[in-house]
Amino acid sequence: MVRWSEWAGTVAPGFICVTESRQAGRSPGPGENLQKWLVSLPPTLFLLAFLVAPALLMVVASFQQVGDFGGLLPVLENGQSTLSLEAYRFFFGDWIYAEIFLRSFLVATATTLLCLLLAYPLALLIATGGKRHRDLLVLLVILPLASNFLIRIYAWMIVLGPAELLYTPFAVIVGMVYVHLPFMILPLYTNLESHDPALLEAAQDLGAGAWTRFWRITLPLSLPGVWSGSALVFIPVLGMFAIPELLGGTRDILIGNLIKEQFLDNRDWPLGSTLSILLTAAVLLLAWLAAWAGRPRRGRA
Amino acid sequence: MALLEIRKVSRRFGNLKALDDVSLSIEAGEFFTLLGPSGCGKTTLLRLIAGFDEPDSGEVLLDAQPLAGIPAEKRPVHTVFQSYALFPHMTVAQNVAFPLQMAGKHPEEIGRRLGEVLEMVHLADKAQQFPNELSGGQKQRVALARALINKPRLLLLDEPLAALDAKLREQITSELIALQRDVGITFVFVTHSQQEALAVSHRVAVMNGGRVEQVGAPEQIYGFPRNRFVADFIGTINLLPVEVRVAGGDALRLVANGLGEIVSTPVAEASTGQRGAYAVRPERVRIFSAGDVCELDNHFQGTVNEHLYLGDVTVYKIALDNGAVLEALLANSTSGRTGFLERGAVVGVGWHRSAGVYLRD
Repeated sequence: MVRWSEWAGTVAPGFICVTESRQAGRSPGPGENLQKWLVSLPPTLFLLAFLVAPALLMVVASFQQVGDFGGLLPVLENGQSTLSLEAYRFFFGDWIYAEIFLRSFLVATATTLLCLLLAYPLALLIATGGKRHRDLLVLLVILPLASNFLIRIYAWMIVLGPAELLYTPFAVIVGMVYVHLPFMILPLYTNLESHDPALLEAAQDLGAGAWTRFWRITLPLSLPGVWSGSALVFIPVLGMFAIPELLGGTRDILIGNLIKEQFLDNRDWPLGSTLSILLTAAVLLLAWLAAWAGRPRRGRA
Repeated sequence: MALLEIRKVSRRFGNLKALDDVSLSIEAGEFFTLLGPSGCGKTTLLRLIAGFDEPDSGEVLLDAQPLAGIPAEKRPVHTVFQSYALFPHMTVAQNVAFPLQMAGKHPEEIGRRLGEVLEMVHLADKAQQFPNELSGGQKQRVALARALINKPRLLLLDEPLAALDAKLREQITSELIALQRDVGITFVFVTHSQQEALAVSHRVAVMNGGRVEQVGAPEQIYGFPRNRFVADFIGTINLLPVEVRVAGGDALRLVANGLGEIVSTPVAEASTGQRGAYAVRPERVRIFSAGDVCELDNHFQGTVNEHLYLGDVTVYKIALDNGAVLEALLANSTSGRTGFLERGAVVGVGWHRSAGVYLRD
């Protein structure tokens, strides 16, 4: 059985950290250091080439200007720099972009909360239920991922169309929740499954009823699972463009659509890059705020 | 009326009889121990008392009130778990205050009691630490403080010393005894270690295969085991197969094959011709020079097989004439002792008639 915690660890790719020898409490020998480098070199190179380098190119592109036939003007023309803040000026000069940003964050928040509400009881059920059915239930959770994403969205069009719900914000949310639900269930399940059942027994023994046990023990201990599940849902939803495009109306476009449009339809790469960078910055800011809010604190009695 | 009354309790798990018609009564203020090998039913019994499980038949009464149907959170019974089960996201203070909060006590009272209890277990300076910052012994004391703070009628301890190293175990054992004496709460202690059981308990129930084999004070259990299982499980004991020759009168006369007569104290269940075992503790067996006149009721000749030097005592394994090997303990502080008895040396061994017991098969 795949350990889902390892799988959920892909939230933050690129931060590869071999800590085993440090945990064992001895300093790594030179051979071990070499081994560490060899093990982490391929993924590091891959990420440098295909994540870090394109991201840096994007930063540069956001300051460049649109070429005559789309694409980008060279950075230097006749010995003069063509770099400008025009794309940023454009973004901050029109409320429409801020509105789309805001709407995207609202949709992502709503999707995350709905996923959380739906996933928590199910994850709890799987984690506390009989060991015999656990693997089967987990398999059922990931089974939808085995079929193509677009086909599943088209299926929703068939379902929502006759109900006259297609091309509404409702349809977008339904699609978003449907697609991302497994990514909330799995980290939550992994977390809940690792709880020591003796803790709940101890709480009960010391006078806590069923609800109190949940609020005082299960929920606080499951917060890491809640955070990683939320990140796995929230971040992809922000960048999602297929679902709003297929299920949403013209007023339901999100940042993902906007970015895609700049690159493919308007051929305005600088604005597309600017939008991408601002989105990434907003997500990082949010992640930092979440980490700050959830930082370990000294408890008080 | 006993504080806790267990009446004819049975519990099955599938085909396994975890508890088979168990009856026990535990008095208020007692330090009572359930002792037995793993799988003997002691933990099952503890869970029935705590309320995590219900018996298939029989009943458990606390203060003469049946506990059936009362969930664990409503029972005035608290448990110290083997793994301590401290809440990892709460500080020591929050952990210990938890039962008082559950009982809806006033914050002022919680603060005061918390101070007292942390003082009692010497953890006042650790109040704001988290469980993973504590040593094993400290965690143990937090678990104890948490289970004691709301003054339960009964405190259950499920192998609380199992996870500690030997030195610490000894220290915590002494602390437990003192603590129980000070707080006056009835302790029910579960262990598979006979040393722990003998050291801490007022009374011990020896369990095996879901049944209670014997209940009694530690010195009774050790000195007068009622059957082979108890004799064998508690400490080391020499067992010789015997047949009863004369059962009546002021002495029980037994015969060991190829050895001769053994005189023992009379027991009610012995009858002439019955087969059984004669049990005598190694420290009750005396060793003397082969030629000496011996006034002990039972004395035989044997050959020293080997010896184990244990620091305070030396254990001699002595082969008797019928081939049986007897263990005898010799304190190394014994006066006049100059060296170890040589392997192959012929010696006399003997013991008083009250030193051993006859156990029927």
